[in-house]
Amino acid sequence: MKFRQLAFLAACVTALSAPAYAETHITVLHVSENAAQKAVWNKIADDYNAAHPGVKVEFKYLENEAFKAKLPTMLQSDDSRPELFYSWGGGVMQAQDKAGFLKDITKDVAPWESELAPTAVDAFKVDGKTVGVPFEVGEVVFYYNKKLFEKAGVKAEDIKTWDDFLGAVKKLKAAGITPIVVGAGEKWPMHFYYAYLVMRIGGEHALADAKAGKDGGFKSAAFVEAGKRLRELAELNPFQPGYLTTSHAQSAGIFGDGKAAMDLMGQWLIGMQGPNSTTGKGLAESDIGILSFPVVPGGKGKATDTLGGINGWLVSKSAPPEAVDFLKFFSQAKYAEEAAATAAYIPVVKGSESAFTDPLFKRLASDLAKTTYHQNYFDQDLGPSVGRVINDASVAVAAGEMTPEAAAASIQQAAEQQ
Amino acid sequence: MTASVSPPPLSEAGPSLPSEARGGLFTPASAVYVEPARRLTLNGWATIAVFLPPALILFTVFVALPMVEAGWYGFFNWDGYGRPEKFIGLKNYGYLIGNATFARSLINNALIIIVSLLVQLPLALALALMVAGRIPGAAWFRMIFFLPYVLADVAAGLIWHFMFDGDYGVAGAITGALGMQPYFLLADKTWAFSAVLIVIIWKYFGFHMMLYVAGLQGIDRSLLEAAEMDGASAWQRFWHITLPLLGPMIRLSIFFSVVGALQLFDIIVPLTGGGPFETTNTMVSFLYYFGITRMRVGFGSAVGVVLFFICVTFAFGYRRIFMRDD
Repeated sequence: MKFRQLAFLAACVTALSAPAYAETHITVLHVSENAAQKAVWNKIADDYNAAHPGVKVEFKYLENEAFKAKLPTMLQSDDSRPELFYSWGGGVMQAQDKAGFLKDITKDVAPWESELAPTAVDAFKVDGKTVGVPFEVGEVVFYYNKKLFEKAGVKAEDIKTWDDFLGAVKKLKAAGITPIVVGAGEKWPMHFYYAYLVMRIGGEHALADAKAGKDGGFKSAAFVEAGKRLRELAELNPFQPGYLTTSHAQSAGIFGDGKAAMDLMGQWLIGMQGPNSTTGKGLAESDIGILSFPVVPGGKGKATDTLGGINGWLVSKSAPPEAVDFLKFFSQAKYAEEAAATAAYIPVVKGSESAFTDPLFKRLASDLAKTTYHQNYFDQDLGPSVGRVINDASVAVAAGEMTPEAAAASIQQAAEQQ
Repeated sequence: MTASVSPPPLSEAGPSLPSEARGGLFTPASAVYVEPARRLTLNGWATIAVFLPPALILFTVFVALPMVEAGWYGFFNWDGYGRPEKFIGLKNYGYLIGNATFARSLINNALIIIVSLLVQLPLALALALMVAGRIPGAAWFRMIFFLPYVLADVAAGLIWHFMFDGDYGVAGAITGALGMQPYFLLADKTWAFSAVLIVIIWKYFGFHMMLYVAGLQGIDRSLLEAAEMDGASAWQRFWHITLPLLGPMIRLSIFFSVVGALQLFDIIVPLTGGGPFETTNTMVSFLYYFGITRMRVGFGSAVGVVLFFICVTFAFGYRRIFMRDD
């Protein structure tokens, strides 16, 4: 009797699970730890699965470093290759494309790509071929502590040029306040200064020209001058003591503790400064202001040129057509608006900036909507081998370990060895 | 076996002689036991067929093959995607020769070895002598001294990273109590590596101490008692009895210490990340930061090959010279 029941049960289970084998599975591999972001994504996946029987979209998380280390192997395996995966664009994406791991989706995306911000769409093209779809852009800005600015008598509205900025740093310093916090232990936070200075001095063609090897490549005047300006700032000792060992998370905490007046950082700082502060609460959002990176007198860049990440989904070579269909579904305005309303991220869907209620995010989204030139992080754009050298060089120049000329030469050397 | 009947060293017989002739020519046949050539029975072959392949395959796939592959990749400019195609000959090795960071990593490895041998091992031995005896509480101390070794390397690195922090760490508390400016040891490029050395000593002395404790417990106490009755001082007993008898263990511990120093990696990453200004890298962390994370797999492989040859040369050389009797 018992055996029969079991056999019946087994038959039922088999019958039920049989359709599951016929399902199209779409795994979306990502690195996000942001709960609001994941909530939006999971909702999109659920909606899509409900509307498309026979397809199962699933978001899977891998820790950032593990993701980067495992992905090359996963892409070569037929069993564990994700259909869609997270990307920062730039050099790594180009390497993946060159190795033939990415699918050409130019024709599938062309009809609706005009709904997305053009710079973001372009970031996922390799030689004119679309290999992925962006979902978010970011902007690196100075976040400042309004109370500390007030205490030192610094007015944010008056900071337009690099000299204004240096003046503000001196004033803060004179008031006994640490002007800037930077997590230089991880190096890339310092590269924001170098990258922005190159953009402000050399304009929108500086990086592309350097990559193409024009005017001495990375030894060009824009890079050397950027290094000199960075050193000029660093000579005022504006950073917190021990900044060379400070991690990114620690630096967010220091800003949240109100121990430093400014932090040049991406939009995630808003959510990060609280949990990493000693109180766990950090600064109230109303006490945080946003300041665009100042212009450098005589430079070719505009104050409205923006530096920030562009993240998207790449489609792997063997992905079924449903994967691209899902990306179209994902890119609908209603989901972008939801992401905006919950301040989960800054979506690339045009018009979604009006859905922001959070004032800081609203400001960033409007900056990005009006951007005159948006640049991906240099270290992502250039890929890890040259990118990490830029990060190293930024820290070394700031600390006076390397001359601006030597730093520029080291980047050029890395580019040539690539 | 006694000296009188043992055959002369083979080398004296000269390599030209056929091997069968050696025994017969120079020694009385009765004194040499000639092992009959053992023929493998079917059963024996079956045993080999069952037991050899798993180990052989595992070793080949996970040890031998990757080593050969690394040697191969070392000749390419390769980012890890697809197959290596850009053959650049010995250029990766050329980059290493002129690389100041790599030179610094080699020096750091040498420093770790020196400090391990001159500070860590004597410290471990001194503590072992104290806690090996049957004094009350010895077992507790042994356990306490051994604890750092049990801790995961990454955890140890993180803990010490916080300890050395000039704002929130123990270092900050000390400078604060003394009314000094906060000092950030890990940000000081002159002294950061000494912080790494401190952590290494702290982390591994317990392991070597345990080796010595085991060695000490194997020493026949009657020798020491006899020496004591003969009027040998404590120092004489240590120098002439304990130390020589502990020899094999000391040689083993030096071996572990040097090989461990050459391969040190896990502590560096959370503690300093190779910084400030790449002054605290070891060869392996150099390989990781400049090969793996920069996606220069070919270059990283070249570093791996260099490391491999250093380790192999040391391991075989040391065993041949110092550990042949052990």
